[in-house]
Amino acid sequence: MTEAANYFLDPDSARAVIIGLLYLAGAIGFVLSLKWMSDAKTARKGIFAGEIGFALAVVGTLLMPGITSTGYILIAVALLIGAAIGVPLGLLVPMTAMPQRIALSHAFGALAAGLVGIVEYFHGQPEIGGFVMAVLGVEIVLGCLVFTGSLMAAGKLQEILPQRPFVYPGQIFVNFAVLGVAIGFIVALVVNPALTWAIPIIIVCGLVFGVFLIIPIGGADMPTVIALLNSYAGISAALLGFVLSNNLLIVAGALDGMSGLILAIVMCRAMNRSFSNVLFGAFGQLDESAGEEGEMGSIRSASYDEAGEILKNSRLVVIVPGYGMAVAQAQHKVRELADTLEKEGVEVKYAIHPVAGRMPGHMNVLLAEANVPYDALIDMEDINPEFPQVDVVLVLGANDVVNPSARHMKSSPIYGMPILDVDKAACVMVVKRSMRPGFAGVENELFFNEKTLMVFGDAKDVMGELITEVAGNRDSINV
Amino acid sequence: MNVSTSFIITGLFVFALAGFLGFETIRRVPRLLHTPLMALTNALSAISLVGSLVVLGREYSTYATILGFIAVVASTINVVGGFLITDKMLRMFKPREKIKKPAAAEAEAAS
Repeated sequence: MTEAANYFLDPDSARAVIIGLLYLAGAIGFVLSLKWMSDAKTARKGIFAGEIGFALAVVGTLLMPGITSTGYILIAVALLIGAAIGVPLGLLVPMTAMPQRIALSHAFGALAAGLVGIVEYFHGQPEIGGFVMAVLGVEIVLGCLVFTGSLMAAGKLQEILPQRPFVYPGQIFVNFAVLGVAIGFIVALVVNPALTWAIPIIIVCGLVFGVFLIIPIGGADMPTVIALLNSYAGISAALLGFVLSNNLLIVAGALDGMSGLILAIVMCRAMNRSFSNVLFGAFGQLDESAGEEGEMGSIRSASYDEAGEILKNSRLVVIVPGYGMAVAQAQHKVRELADTLEKEGVEVKYAIHPVAGRMPGHMNVLLAEANVPYDALIDMEDINPEFPQVDVVLVLGANDVVNPSARHMKSSPIYGMPILDVDKAACVMVVKRSMRPGFAGVENELFFNEKTLMVFGDAKDVMGELITEVAGNRDSINV
Repeated sequence: MNVSTSFIITGLFVFALAGFLGFETIRRVPRLLHTPLMALTNALSAISLVGSLVVLGREYSTYATILGFIAVVASTINVVGGFLITDKMLRMFKPREKIKKPAAAEAEAAS
């Protein structure tokens, strides 16, 4: 017990007051950073507030009693190693790899939270109260689950692992059984905190559950799942705060948990699906027959020449980007085409569906990287009423988010999903590599619409061709 | 690790209020900035660095120190990388008027 006394922070001591105030300032920094995030103009100030908050939190923590002098050296070394890895990870990762980068980063955070929980258990047992033990158990399971889950998600996004969902009969049952075992052992630990051997079991359950959770998730559901993992990571940090009697961890964890939850809700609403449907529904495997309803009519394809001519002669063009644009890395070419068109006096806007891409806001980041001004990026609700006035819609690597069968075909897996009403425009051009159906495995009736022109080819190449067509025509007129 | 009952109650207060505050604040973040928001909260979730630092610094045992070391490295990667990447992303978000000028300058430089 003499050892424990060293770690005791007397709540009335000056040291405790200083630490408390530093943590309070840190928490205020975090809240301000999120508040300033609500506007693109103040967002960078928000990062600064977050960084200050973090620095104060670290300073406060270093004042904690019981840290040895070797401890300080070890901390310095670990911080330097972490920073040495973190800086290139922050600066060198290309924007197209952002979803997997974020997933990977969730894995690191969860690993840290899980490890701290494990150490705290072994340090504190067997004198751990029921509430703390329950919190600690859940925290360890969550940390492990987010660790492997995020690694799986990153693997799928990086296409190291197959993107298609993997489902088998009884999958939900197996998943819940794993979770049930973990909960069972947490209960056992609450009853008897000295059951040290139960900890490895809940660790393994958490790790396995994380893998099982992501196996049935397909690429298009990744935005929701990444947001959910973000939320879990926050909750595990908050739980750790209860274990360590640390309010700052609770505040930061609660903010993070809420953020992830809100993003996940936005994503689910944008697909008209529930959480459980995303997690256990295995989109894409659902109804393969829905796409095989035979002939839906004929398609019309356009040459680059024709397409360029139509684009050049329109007044308002709306570009609808999708994951295909990210895959083809076509965002810079898209902006070049938009610039060329604007030189011809054509107005260009971008219609952004909330679930386009592989993470919330994916398309916005890619287009911002290509120097597209953010006021040209229009959300679905704001652009939909405008489509009847639009001359040409250029659909680029998007598919399910513009499929009109979501409105009326009840048998379709995407039925009820809010879509971009591109079919209301005067002309729709779809740039596509082939007639392969989209992620949901559904045939897109938009392609068979009489207003639709298919332009076949790789998104980046097609953009290049269209730029030369639009710019080239101008030259011939000038000469 | 004796957490007093009064802290549990205070902690629940803090959790509930921070949760509501977070909900109301983050709800106002436009979809445009959802990816940077995610990167930022990702950096914030590495707040478990605070716990990791204590575990490492106190050297409870060899095992604890090793795990603590890994935890500090992992969460530092998250914090440093998270803030840098959020900033890198936000620097790209520019309104129309700001883009026109540099773009024009670039075109001149190129020609």
